Amino acid sequence: MTARIMASVPAHAKRGEAIEIKTLISHPMESGYRVGPNGTMIPPDIIRLFTCTYNGEEVFRAELSSAIAANPFLSFFTTAVASGTLAFRWTGDNGFEATHIAEITVE
Amino acid sequence: MPEPPTPQPSRRVFLRRTAAFAAASAAVAIWPPAPARATPEAMQRAIRAVLGEAEARPSKIMLDIPALVENGNAVPLTVSVESPMSEEDHVKAIHIFNERNPQPHVISITLGARAGRAKVATRIKLADSQQVIAIAEMSDGSFRSGSADVIVTLAACVEDLQ
Repeated sequence: MTARIMASVPAHAKRGEAIEIKTLISHPMESGYRVGPNGTMIPPDIIRLFTCTYNGEEVFRAELSSAIAANPFLSFFTTAVASGTLAFRWTGDNGFEATHIAEITVE
Repeated sequence: MPEPPTPQPSRRVFLRRTAAFAAASAAVAIWPPAPARATPEAMQRAIRAVLGEAEARPSKIMLDIPALVENGNAVPLTVSVESPMSEEDHVKAIHIFNERNPQPHVISITLGARAGRAKVATRIKLADSQQVIAIAEMSDGSFRSGSADVIVTLAACVEDLQ
């Protein structure tokens, strides 16, 4: 099952401008602290790490715990330095991995 | 010589055992294993692990979170740190902790001068009314802290699926 991803990155930006990036990914973020219908604990299943790289250089990293709500939403800023790509990567339990790439043009 | 038949447990013993078993099952159903809860002490330990020997000065961090939350499953949280975000003076990391979820850690964010603005937003789960604390690590090695109190009417994280 592939996760649904929504990412908002401005298509154009001025050089040196701080741009806001918003990302959302579908994921249950099962905390591991809930009891299931059969009385046993539901094992944890969460996204542990999110990274954003700008033209190959990491500009933002978030280490998530089970206290992050289902379908993790993250918004943050980065400075527009050059035209190119922003790559988002989520990794987590049970071999979860998802990536998304956005293009940006900087004038 | 044929073996004597194994004595069957009498009806009385059977009933007694059944009753004991039923009582034991009921006890399990009524008192499920207590969910682990972080305590303010656990949060202090988690914060100490980030700070090391240093102390956090309470200043210049804004936590934007509703004071009264109806559903703790998804609480919007925005943390912003006042900083010029220059090469000499910027925020290196932001750590967020809570008092009463099963785990004190919420999220740790690594950023740098390139971020432009030290402002992040996410949605968190809150298992109870509690304090949320943010610790910012500055480029000069100092720490700042900020906090917000939240009242939660419907808890998250530990609700059962029964």
